Amino acid sequence: MTRSARVAVLTGCAALGLASLCRGVDPTQLPDPALQARYVALTHELRCMQCQNESLADSPVDLAADLRRQVREQLLAGKSDDEVRSWMAARYGDFILFRPRYSWRTAWLWGAPVALLLVGALVSWRVVRSRATLLATDREPVEEDGGS
Amino acid sequence: MNRFLLPLGAFVLLVLVLGIGIRHAPEKGVIASPLIGKPAPPFALPSLTDPARVVRSEELKGHWYLFNVWGTWCGECRAEHDMLLQVGRAGVLPLIGLDWKDDDAQALAWLAQLGNPYQAVAVDRSGRAAIDWGVYGAPETFLVNPQGIVVYKHVGALTRETWTREILPRVSAAAATRS
Repeated sequence: MTRSARVAVLTGCAALGLASLCRGVDPTQLPDPALQARYVALTHELRCMQCQNESLADSPVDLAADLRRQVREQLLAGKSDDEVRSWMAARYGDFILFRPRYSWRTAWLWGAPVALLLVGALVSWRVVRSRATLLATDREPVEEDGGS
Repeated sequence: MNRFLLPLGAFVLLVLVLGIGIRHAPEKGVIASPLIGKPAPPFALPSLTDPARVVRSEELKGHWYLFNVWGTWCGECRAEHDMLLQVGRAGVLPLIGLDWKDDDAQALAWLAQLGNPYQAVAVDRSGRAAIDWGVYGAPETFLVNPQGIVVYKHVGALTRETWTREILPRVSAAAATRS
């Protein structure tokens, strides 16, 4: 990052009041850039159980630091992202996952939008059709809009 | 008539869905533990009162016990301490403590000053055991049966109500079916 870019970021987060972002809650730097990228992604999609609306990556509390340590160690030990997620969910429940897993219990999360779209399409199709039949049986002469 | 049927149906459906949601909503702020019905996480940790001793989960198998996670930095833990002392005196089941991310000297001073209700206190300085138990805020109390299965979890200060309504009935029901 160039000097000017760093200054821009710092002023940016100071202006937005994102103090934790500027201070850097998590100084972790893994030796392998690919591993580091996976670590950053994982800690952003796991919930801090103590502050609940923050991710592990953003939370300054002790428990979040302990859980980040777990993520770090497991990635370094060669665990896959899914193995880390399952390990966390086995202890804290699916609630720790910001991104819900696909299962029969959560299927409606994916199915509901499609179902609602179909209902909407059916309703609009019926409305359009009823208007068409209305016009066909309408014997009144059509009034010219703003006629002269 | 027919034109009201569809919106009415949609409304009834919405009421049903929201009603189910409200009925099944967990107590605010309390997260259901995935540990209920599963074996208690094994541990082997140094004892707070006797550094030479190791508190092991295997030693606890074969009888009911309460597993209480606390720390001297935790305000609610002080609030529940009187109840813990009563539980300790009742002698229905042993109380095992987990001193979570705490200072040993302060923890010992706390027990000396307020009284020690625990049969054993395991020390978890790194916080790893607490994570295995899915602890997210002290105090938390787990009820474990003789088979080593977690049957109940209480988050927050242990109250007399929790003790008489949730813990005692579970223990005595099991005792009744056995005899």
